[in-house]
Amino acid sequence: MADTHAFFIAAAYGASALSIVALALWIVLDGRAVRRRLAAMEARGIRRRSGTGAGDGR
Amino acid sequence: MALMDLANPTRFLAFSGRVLPWLAGAAVLILALGFVLAFRAPADYQQGETVRIMYIHVPFAWLAMMGYSLLALSSLGILVWRHPLADVAHKALAPIGALFAFLCLLTGSLWGRPMWGTYWVWDARLTSMLVLLLLYLGLLALRSAIDDPNQAGRAAAVLTLVGFINVPIVKFSVDWWNTLHQPASVLRMGGPSIHPSLLWPLFATAVGFTLLMLALHLAAMRTEILRRRLRVLEARTAAEAVHA
Repeated sequence: MADTHAFFIAAAYGASALSIVALALWIVLDGRAVRRRLAAMEARGIRRRSGTGAGDGR
Repeated sequence: MALMDLANPTRFLAFSGRVLPWLAGAAVLILALGFVLAFRAPADYQQGETVRIMYIHVPFAWLAMMGYSLLALSSLGILVWRHPLADVAHKALAPIGALFAFLCLLTGSLWGRPMWGTYWVWDARLTSMLVLLLLYLGLLALRSAIDDPNQAGRAAAVLTLVGFINVPIVKFSVDWWNTLHQPASVLRMGGPSIHPSLLWPLFATAVGFTLLMLALHLAAMRTEILRRRLRVLEARTAAEAVHA
């Protein structure tokens, strides 16, 4: 593999992996933050009238 | 469980909670297999080792177009049936589709430099894919610019449907115009023109990335449903505090 081409292949795979891992992390952390806020509401006795809890269906 | 039952957010949460770990696990396994096959596949007789970029670039392009097509379907759900889950699906998918469109352009650019001698040309395929990315970004900007979530959802749905005209333009641009980008070599009349030794690894990474996109979409939808429940609870608490 020519060195110059190895750089382009590594850059393409590296940037893709970093971007996708960052997106997955953002989705996971966003989900945790929302669940934490819902749980805090439940702890204060505030819950949905029609639901069983913050994470029904979790 | 009937498919229509999933249109209920609580049932959707229960179902997606069970499916998500399997979907994510299958995506990781199939992607790992795909990359092993991709790096064991022979080099292309013309492009040499740079053909390895194809195994990520082509799935990113497919998923960017598939993502936008799913957004158009969700838009019909928002505008015609006014279903809240359609709006949830639309909002959750836009950033994921945007990332795949961006990665398609980035990896294509990194593939183009050693093969064409340039990172970018204003040819029909590249330009229409750039328009697709701008449409995704426009949807994200539109949603964040409108405070009322219902109004934002409807505006985003209209923009999505107007922009959907670009998806067939991306797909057929290489047939309609004389472009530097190569013509379709997998999804074409007469079957794929790629040798099976390169086609199977591409198929594996495409399936893996598709499952990954579905898993990310399901996870983002679950969060969006819970965020809307949280918003309702916060609004109710604020209203009760005012009346107290």
